[in-house]
Amino acid sequence: MPVDAAAIQDQVVRAARAQGVTEVEAILASANQALTRFANNAIHQNVAESTTHLSVRAVIEGRTARASTNRLDPDSIRTVVEQAIAITRLTESDSELLPLAEPAPYRNVDRWAEDTARITPHERARAVAEAIHAVEAAGQTAAGIYSTDETQYALLNSRGVRAEYRETMARFSITAMAGDSSGWAKASACDARDLNPLELALSASRKTAQSAAPRELPAGRYTVILEPAAALDLAGQMFGDFSATAIKDGRSFLNDRIGNKIFGENITIHDDVWHPLQSGAPFDGEGVPRRGLTLVEGGVVRDIAYCRQAAAQAGAAPTGHGLPLPNEYGEMPANIVIAGGDTSVEQMIASTERGILVTRFWYIREVDPYEKIFTGMTRDGTFLVEGGQVTAGVRNFRFNQNLMEMLSNVEALSPAVRASGEETFDMVVPAMKVREFNFTEVTRF
Amino acid sequence: MKDLALRALDAVARAGVAYADVRAIETRDREVTTKNGKAGHVSSSESQGVGIRVLAFGCWGFAATDDLSKEGVEAAARLALEIARAGTAAKKADVALAPEEKYEATWVSPCAIDPFSIPVDRNLAVLLAVDQELRHDSAISLAEASMRFERERQVFASTLGSLIDQTRTTSGAGFSALCYKDGEIQKRSYPNSFGGQYQLQGYELVEQLDLLRHAPRIAEEAVALHSAEQCPEGEFDLILDSSQLGLQIHESIGHPIELDRVLGTEANYAGMSFLTLDQLRRLRYGSEIVNVVCDARLEHGPGLGTFAFDDEGVPAQQTDIIRAGQFTGYMTSRETAAAVGETRSNGCMRADGWARLPLIRMTNVSLKPGRESLEEVFGADHAIYMETNRSWSIDDKRYNFQFGCEIAWEMRGGKRIRMLKNPSYSGISTEFWNACAAIAGPEHWTLWGVPNCGKGQPEQVMGTGHGASPARFRKIKVGSAYAG
Repeated sequence: MPVDAAAIQDQVVRAARAQGVTEVEAILASANQALTRFANNAIHQNVAESTTHLSVRAVIEGRTARASTNRLDPDSIRTVVEQAIAITRLTESDSELLPLAEPAPYRNVDRWAEDTARITPHERARAVAEAIHAVEAAGQTAAGIYSTDETQYALLNSRGVRAEYRETMARFSITAMAGDSSGWAKASACDARDLNPLELALSASRKTAQSAAPRELPAGRYTVILEPAAALDLAGQMFGDFSATAIKDGRSFLNDRIGNKIFGENITIHDDVWHPLQSGAPFDGEGVPRRGLTLVEGGVVRDIAYCRQAAAQAGAAPTGHGLPLPNEYGEMPANIVIAGGDTSVEQMIASTERGILVTRFWYIREVDPYEKIFTGMTRDGTFLVEGGQVTAGVRNFRFNQNLMEMLSNVEALSPAVRASGEETFDMVVPAMKVREFNFTEVTRF
Repeated sequence: MKDLALRALDAVARAGVAYADVRAIETRDREVTTKNGKAGHVSSSESQGVGIRVLAFGCWGFAATDDLSKEGVEAAARLALEIARAGTAAKKADVALAPEEKYEATWVSPCAIDPFSIPVDRNLAVLLAVDQELRHDSAISLAEASMRFERERQVFASTLGSLIDQTRTTSGAGFSALCYKDGEIQKRSYPNSFGGQYQLQGYELVEQLDLLRHAPRIAEEAVALHSAEQCPEGEFDLILDSSQLGLQIHESIGHPIELDRVLGTEANYAGMSFLTLDQLRRLRYGSEIVNVVCDARLEHGPGLGTFAFDDEGVPAQQTDIIRAGQFTGYMTSRETAAAVGETRSNGCMRADGWARLPLIRMTNVSLKPGRESLEEVFGADHAIYMETNRSWSIDDKRYNFQFGCEIAWEMRGGKRIRMLKNPSYSGISTEFWNACAAIAGPEHWTLWGVPNCGKGQPEQVMGTGHGASPARFRKIKVGSAYAG
């Protein structure tokens, strides 16, 4: 980094023309990623990687294929173009394959923080040491990560599309552990100055102390208060289904449900790449500008995403959510914003006679693709709420929960925040108070 | 490649590190998929890079780059050293490594038919023939088929003086048929779900799988599931096919025996393990007939976890994990072996390409075949037989699991009585393996590949191998996924 995307695109186009091919697209991505990992109150894995990736797609008479390399010398660029053309010529012709996208203006977003791009291993180590110290001072053991990344992405094609984006991203995650309990906190931001590792460490440590000597409760239906990371990781599982291609394939739970009210009236969900807490490029895998979508309004399914091909088949406009071609999945919304409410987590607890407060979920997997039942576990901070107060930690539960039922049973929403978990990509979501959440088993800790 | 590895090693060795190793890697892969009669994802990719790991100031540092110029490699070496120095800000003790020998070796995995010698159009022709067969029944709304091939050459060089040149070729292929109708989605896959079967083989694997022959049955079952009855809820004797049992081994034995999890270094992400150090050689992990090994040697078979040397230069080994039901061993590394009283690593450090650090990863963790015939395994008075994984989930210490399968049958006296849809089962890892009542013999044993095992931060994806024969388990909780 940095790489001259335009110069490389020129080489790609020239190499393609030398092969008699005029329709060619190049994606150039480069990244510097660094991560300081700690466990047992010490830094134990500490890494950095610098990567570059050039991916070339040719379109020849209804055929397309892709070849990639991380070598950017002229010979390697010529070779990757020749490979892309060679395998394209060997594929089957598809009468529905569209020519390359035409240029279209997109509204850019600035998510680059120079300080985050230039952060040093020593700066990350100092922040980690401070977080460890806070957990260790409570007689607990800390494990986690502090990562900082800078990425650049450019998509250019022979019809004149030139879409470029760059972003920095910082993530801090910490688990505090004691004899029979643990607590967790995580946050991400495009600017590392928006993260507060010490505050996250103290939050994880408080949860650990508060969940000591966990009680075992029977499985069953409970009112739950899902902190934003828990709400994210479960609700976030469904957005691949808001896709015209998934519906056409019969693999989406929205088949025969578009326009139906499938969630509660208090559930409204947008896809909004320009939201100030969001991240990611304002164009899709073909360089089509993203449009904002209202996926769910008052519990009713409204918009779905369309890539160019799905849009052409449906007589709709592409929404700018297509994945790089060729692919089997079509498109998916990637900048989810679930509208929040005005009830804080503390107010949710205070209004709960008996329920379970969930910090995070783990190992979520789909049980039933049409009923949208998911299973998974609670982890690192699961609490009993009684009489409006957190009274004890509890052993972790397994759930088997229908998402449509869950999002029909939401009693309260907090203001939405940028949430970061481990089961899906970051989204803007609120905490949720949900009645009759289905815990089916209890584990041993 | 060798020059690159030695150049990178020299760049860090000059800085006076306690230890360093370098992995210079070049990778080539191809992916070909079809969907509903058309080519899907058709791509090829190549990558080269170098990862430099140093032990200095008592701490690890790692830097990886694809800038292979003299300046680029030296910059990565300096960065690895700077990162190691930064680690002293939060250090409890100097890292110490178990001793290891110096090796100079070249190893190439067996590959009868080079998959890259088969043209893409021939790949597509095979997959489109399968696709056409699947869609003979118009009820199939989505037919998907795929092949994936990868060749990775790695030159490992370390300050011990080792120089190891390994080339591994892996192949994978499979297909699925999805049927959506009447507000229900059902799916069947062959030979396994999530991409099929993967092994350390060339294109001969695709030929062995005989994809086309199985397509009509798979399509028929996907449609028939819509008419099948819901799998009941309750305690049943459970029979698992070998592919589902392979994933059961992966989740409830393979991950818990990773010594880094046990020691807490994965606590923030992948989690820890119920197999605390006090359990070694004390815990009854399974019934008397349960014998499990971790084996990276070629003698074990062409698994995704088969190699000659691991990614810190330790030779491939076999370790007994469960012997006659008794828990006997972990997967270790040079840094962790001493924690279980071992003087040497058992060779389980593996990295996802040149840009990532080696971690303790499964190699081939397999259940040894039993002595029963298939008729004896299926011969229970009343049982449920499940085939092909649909969902999998287990807690972060690997006690409580729940698996869903694509299809099941109720069995009486060894005969299939009725097909069941949406089958699932759940339990506690040790209780499950202690309930093992019968394991089929070696003629029914298959070494399955799991190509997508995730672990580490930044996350690394690794291929692992799991051999198993069909087996029967007593009184297992069935159907809880749809309970409540």
